[in-house]
Amino acid sequence: MMTPVKIYVPNDTTALSLEADEVALRIQQAATEQGVSIELVRNGSRGLCWLEPLVEVETSRDRLAFGPVSPDDVSDLVAAGLLTGQQTHPLALGDIELHPYLAKQQRLTFSRIGKTNPVSLEDYSRLGGWRGLEQALALTPQATVDEIINSGLRGRGGAAFPTGIKWQTVLDTSAQQKYIVCNADEGDSGTFADRLVMECDPYMLIEGMIIAGLAVGATQGYIYLRSEYPVAHDIMNEALARAYAAGYLGQKVGGSAHAFDLEVRLGAGAYICGEETSLLESLEGKRGMVRFKPPLPAIEGLFGLPTVVNNVLSLAAVPFILDKGAAAYADYGMGRSRGTLALQLAGNVKQGGLVERAFGLTLRELMEDFGGGTLTGRPLKAVQVGGPLGAYLPASQWDAPLDYEGYAEFGGVVGHGGVVMFDDTVNLGEQARFAMEFCAEESCGKCTPCRIGSIRGVEVIDRIRAGTESDQNLELLSDLCETMVDGSLCAMGGMTPIPVQSILTHFPEDLAAPAFKPSSATGAKFHA
Amino acid sequence: MVVHMLDTQKASDWIPPTDEIKVEDIAELIAPLKHKPGALLPILHAIQGAYGYIPGEAIALVAKALRQTRAEIHGVVSFYHHFRTQPPGIHVIQICRAESCQAQGSRALETHVHQTLGIEYHQTTLSKEFSLEPVYCLGNCACGPNIRVGDRIHGRVTAQRFDHVIAALQTHAVELQ
Repeated sequence: MMTPVKIYVPNDTTALSLEADEVALRIQQAATEQGVSIELVRNGSRGLCWLEPLVEVETSRDRLAFGPVSPDDVSDLVAAGLLTGQQTHPLALGDIELHPYLAKQQRLTFSRIGKTNPVSLEDYSRLGGWRGLEQALALTPQATVDEIINSGLRGRGGAAFPTGIKWQTVLDTSAQQKYIVCNADEGDSGTFADRLVMECDPYMLIEGMIIAGLAVGATQGYIYLRSEYPVAHDIMNEALARAYAAGYLGQKVGGSAHAFDLEVRLGAGAYICGEETSLLESLEGKRGMVRFKPPLPAIEGLFGLPTVVNNVLSLAAVPFILDKGAAAYADYGMGRSRGTLALQLAGNVKQGGLVERAFGLTLRELMEDFGGGTLTGRPLKAVQVGGPLGAYLPASQWDAPLDYEGYAEFGGVVGHGGVVMFDDTVNLGEQARFAMEFCAEESCGKCTPCRIGSIRGVEVIDRIRAGTESDQNLELLSDLCETMVDGSLCAMGGMTPIPVQSILTHFPEDLAAPAFKPSSATGAKFHA
Repeated sequence: MVVHMLDTQKASDWIPPTDEIKVEDIAELIAPLKHKPGALLPILHAIQGAYGYIPGEAIALVAKALRQTRAEIHGVVSFYHHFRTQPPGIHVIQICRAESCQAQGSRALETHVHQTLGIEYHQTTLSKEFSLEPVYCLGNCACGPNIRVGDRIHGRVTAQRFDHVIAALQTHAVELQ
């Protein structure tokens, strides 16, 4: 008897948001009707979001892709030989791994996503999982920390602090109880790489956290996950249950004498909880108010005890580093930015998705070679890199190589690697207003420049856009931005002015009142 | 700021649902969680998961279980956008207002949704069918604009697609009765 054809239909948020469940159902129905035996696999996404739902058909010969597949495409696809892997339909893409979008990437962290069922432990092991953990179990804690230091890995959440130094600080404390906290509060608009890790390769994050625990002497870990990610929540919990059942978590990690427990904790819709001290307050069951630093969380973190707080991507990079060695990771990148950066192409883009490349790629290469320009086909006007606290970059800055230091030089923010493209219909005055409005909405309220400054910022921008004493108000806005930068406790108030100032510098015309279009002045205020 | 509560259909104007809130039921939700370190958020999630909101009765029970004051519990509930203290409509619709969705036309979608449902953010339709909330990013940024209905996220939502989603929900609601 022939082995059944394997058909892959992803079940990550993107695929599901575009009716992947219905696609899977219809494929199964068609197979049943035709009497063809198939094995339907719900895999993760490969991160080529614009092709989702990306259906793949694996026969004894090869594995071929079709996408984007809508439920209404299924009957045509089946008629064109989908179930036997024939590539005659216009949606046929061939072997997806040869697609230039994937072939041109350097996937170290994301090497496995989309290939298999993300919660299958068997698949994870088969594709190289747990090898980093095996290494760590054979090393001393100090040797493991040294590997991370030597890899040059820096915090991928945005602050770019050397991960190994953070671990060293926690290792050097003498506390009985220490914690590993994974910051999975991926709140920046335009970012979804953490989500892809959790939905498409959850064991990689679990493995990274176990290694961190072994390295610094922590026996308890928490994944602080945002409540806006229901799919990631389900998949992470399923993966945790299976990892416990298989003995990777619990009292004897992988059969060793080490213990490590891990739990997912759900946030509750507060952007500020992505800030590490606010996150710790929230984990402790309090309002997510930012803490003063020092003391550093590495010394006094969760419940006052030494805590490693790392972003999902930082922890997800750890298994590779332990498995292949620090040098293998540090070989990638430029200057002091070592390894790969997970870029997320979003906004008005034709081919949005995840692009993992060594530091040093330019924005223009990313947006043109990978992104294929805007979805609307209109000219690009501005690109916001690094989330809502990142600058809007004009064309003159699209050729700078993406690395932390290079971007800092001209006031850019690499942040968590989100790239949001805007075509020429965007009004950046509206975006400047939104930056302040968002800060007003999400400020924890602890310090005045952020709490009050952002509200005043909205008002001042409204006056500028309405043409009320524009010159004085522009000066006031610059002054207000400076106060927020210099006087805020954390990055929320301190960086909210970055997008605003970038607009003041590069797109001042968008902030001017529409003097020659009096009719449009009032309507714009409502949903700005 | 966006004008959030324009007309009279404020959440606070609602008539509470007739389902009786039993103290024992809430206590049953709290009991298995109260010994966790930092138990408050897990407890609040469990309560909102069961009732759709945090009933007033729950605040005192949670405070007692965690040996905190009611003010402290209220302070936490009110800090987080996710927690609500009034019952929502049958379907909670969130529209992503963040930059990436803005770049893909979410402002026009917002206008359409407000007009279609006849409500602003943080309001519920008179039929109690739909509540509308803003959300800042659902992590589906390459395929916006995005909305979330319950735990389901919908991508590339045009005005037309929104109407389909709503129509499907309304059909479903009738079938349930």
